[in-house]
Amino acid sequence: MQIQVRNLTHIYSEGMPYESVALEDISFDINKGEFVGVIGHTGSGKSTLIQHLNGLLKPKSGSILIDGVDITGKDVKMRDIRRKIGLVFQYPEYQLFEETVHKDVAFGPLNLGLSQEETDQRVAEAIGLVGLDYEEIANRSPFELSGGQKRRVAIAGVIAMKPEILILDEPTAGLDPKAHADILRMVERIHEVQQNSIILVSHNMGDIARLAGKVLVMDRGRLALTGTPGEVFRQADLLESLGLGLPPATYLMRELQSKGVPVSGDILTMEEAEEELYRILSGEK
Amino acid sequence: MEHIIRIDDLVFEYKREEQLEPVRAVNQVSLEIERGSFTAIIGRNGSGKSTLAKNINALLLPSSGAVYVKGLNTADDTKLWEIRQAAGMVFQNPDNQLVSSIVEDDVAFGPENLGIEPGEIRRRVDDSLYSVNMYEERKKAPHLLSGGQKQRIAIAGVIAMRPECIILDEPTAMLDPHGRAEVMEIIQKLHREGITIILITHFMEEAAKADRVIIMDSGRVVLDGEPAQVFLHIEEIKSLNLDVPFAVDLACRLRKRGVEIPENLITTEEMVEYIACRFK
Amino acid sequence: MIRDITLGQYYPGNSWVHRLDARIKIIWTFVYIVSLFLIKDFWGYIAVLVTLALIIGVSRVPLKFILKGLKPIFLIIVFTFTINMFMTKGTPLFTLGFLTITREGLYNAVFMGIRLVFLIIGSSLLTLVTKPINLTDGIEKLLSPWQRAGLPAHELAMMMTIALRFIPTLLEETDKIMKAQMARGADFESGNIMNRAKSLIPLLVPLFISAFRIAQDLAMAMEARCYRGGSHRTRMNGMKLKKKDGVACFLMLAYLALIVLQRGVW
Repeated sequence: MQIQVRNLTHIYSEGMPYESVALEDISFDINKGEFVGVIGHTGSGKSTLIQHLNGLLKPKSGSILIDGVDITGKDVKMRDIRRKIGLVFQYPEYQLFEETVHKDVAFGPLNLGLSQEETDQRVAEAIGLVGLDYEEIANRSPFELSGGQKRRVAIAGVIAMKPEILILDEPTAGLDPKAHADILRMVERIHEVQQNSIILVSHNMGDIARLAGKVLVMDRGRLALTGTPGEVFRQADLLESLGLGLPPATYLMRELQSKGVPVSGDILTMEEAEEELYRILSGEK
Repeated sequence: MEHIIRIDDLVFEYKREEQLEPVRAVNQVSLEIERGSFTAIIGRNGSGKSTLAKNINALLLPSSGAVYVKGLNTADDTKLWEIRQAAGMVFQNPDNQLVSSIVEDDVAFGPENLGIEPGEIRRRVDDSLYSVNMYEERKKAPHLLSGGQKQRIAIAGVIAMRPECIILDEPTAMLDPHGRAEVMEIIQKLHREGITIILITHFMEEAAKADRVIIMDSGRVVLDGEPAQVFLHIEEIKSLNLDVPFAVDLACRLRKRGVEIPENLITTEEMVEYIACRFK
Repeated sequence: MIRDITLGQYYPGNSWVHRLDARIKIIWTFVYIVSLFLIKDFWGYIAVLVTLALIIGVSRVPLKFILKGLKPIFLIIVFTFTINMFMTKGTPLFTLGFLTITREGLYNAVFMGIRLVFLIIGSSLLTLVTKPINLTDGIEKLLSPWQRAGLPAHELAMMMTIALRFIPTLLEETDKIMKAQMARGADFESGNIMNRAKSLIPLLVPLFISAFRIAQDLAMAMEARCYRGGSHRTRMNGMKLKKKDGVACFLMLAYLALIVLQRGVW
């Protein structure tokens, strides 16, 4: 077990008139190398949760064990946590600040106390891993790149720290369809190459269904549901009551079932939907 | 049908750096937009769709060619305010387009600029807030609202100017699905009430709700027509690195394998309807 | 956190004080600030305290909320207090190494400390009970007689409106960028002053870029909504003085008289 979260509770603005429970009694496990999707509508506590995993927020109670070490403890060094867990925020391109792409990506590794040599090597590796050409881009200013490229550079800045667990908060927000697909392919490649665990926060149910092995569903600060995408997206009524949608393929099958068409309810992706519809539509005549 | 907007051979160029060749963001585009229609413009980032939109509102002026709103040339600066009043604009970032720290004062900003009499502004502000379902929040500060709510305020700010046409430049790009649905609902409602809508978007599901889809690439119009016809060019659309709606993609895959599916299905609902019918 | 700063914030309400004309409240605050510098002993502060208590009571703004506004200036208060305590010559009370606290010093420190606290509470009260937009309208109106002399009253007011609107946005942005850099191992909290100043670069550069982006977007959005400066412009909420504004004006004169009297009499 790589991450064990137990009874995590967090309260915002405690003691103030507008105090609110942000997380309530959350427990889950993440295994090494797992690809976990986190869904829930805005304000459900997803962001608060992932900031806890990175030590940016401290819980009121409960524990987060990473490789057996409780990172909510007082004497834990933040540097050790950040070496293990990388966090890519929403719109990460807004955090770029250095004169060159190389320097910006190097910021994280240098903060970890790595040598210049090791850092340079990691920077080159990370830039390659996000699908950019190191030679071409390393000495350019990050601010003259396109939106999609900026985002890749920002993500490279985190993966150069070689985290064992990489958390991405809506990495495709605001991108056009091509950039969206590219970023997801990139995440898959990072997962493959670095053999790390991925926690992907997304509103796109189709992406989650296709990529994740496990899904956490958040609602009003609670963990409403966990399971494989198949298990989670079968609970269409529950998801709907939480204001969440279904992957488009699952939604289509569900609508067909409700009209009495004999299709399977366990369809998650376009390819599966194609097979299923082919089966019933070609066999019918 | 009467045209509310006419774009004649529009070219828009800008210089990135002094010595470089100018970049053509919009390249010889000619279009007419019918009064009361709902047009979706799709294209990759940098395809020129935003630049085109800003030319309609006279925020940018053509390098060559001309843009007419209600017959008024956007290059005629004596008509500038009339043009901007008639063709309102909503932008992508919900945070960066609200001026005032109180919702209703923000909605009043446009009418105030037009020099409208205070009692009438009040009426318009209330009407506009009702029509985007934000009347209850009229006294709140924008930064306490959700993205979808902020965009609805931005829309209210535009409709308080009583425009005939609203141009929305990726209004849902930064919103969650819930916010997107809220905003789309308002857009469709305004269209039903007779306002001409031009919606720039990345979401094909949204474009499928329009009655005309224009696809742009490298500053040119590549495809233009009813959604069902445009989305038939699935290979071409994909080669431009764009998506098609889920149902269109699925239908196309099935058709390739010999399953007969009519070509005018573009939404999931239509597809469900069709398959269910076949099974009855 | 950074979002808890209440200085300059508006506390929504519909009290008698909230509904007063902004111009009256601005003049009131001005008179109040001047009065603080007219006071020469603690008796005067009692008058101020009673006045403040009355206004706060009527405004129904929770005291806790107001006091929270002092937090960010706490250091300045402590600084003023210390400087006064050690730097005033007079009868020594006790000595700490080379530093001597005098009776006069202690008196001055307390006196100045209270003045500063009153100053901050009074001026933050103005923003707490006045909608920012009314505040800027009030300033615009009060300054407009000078417009002919070249004072850009409308532009100033618009700048303030925008500043007020975007302070929360920029604070949120700061919070986000700070967290993002911390996730990349940035350390804003330790090290000496030089290191700390240097560690702010990863925060300040993105923040400036954000601010420029916001400015650009906003300018375009304002233009699209037919903004063309102060001319041609009407306002939804015209400002008309009402009876209660007269009452407030009368109370202000009474307060001023009291303060001036105490200066002369005691």
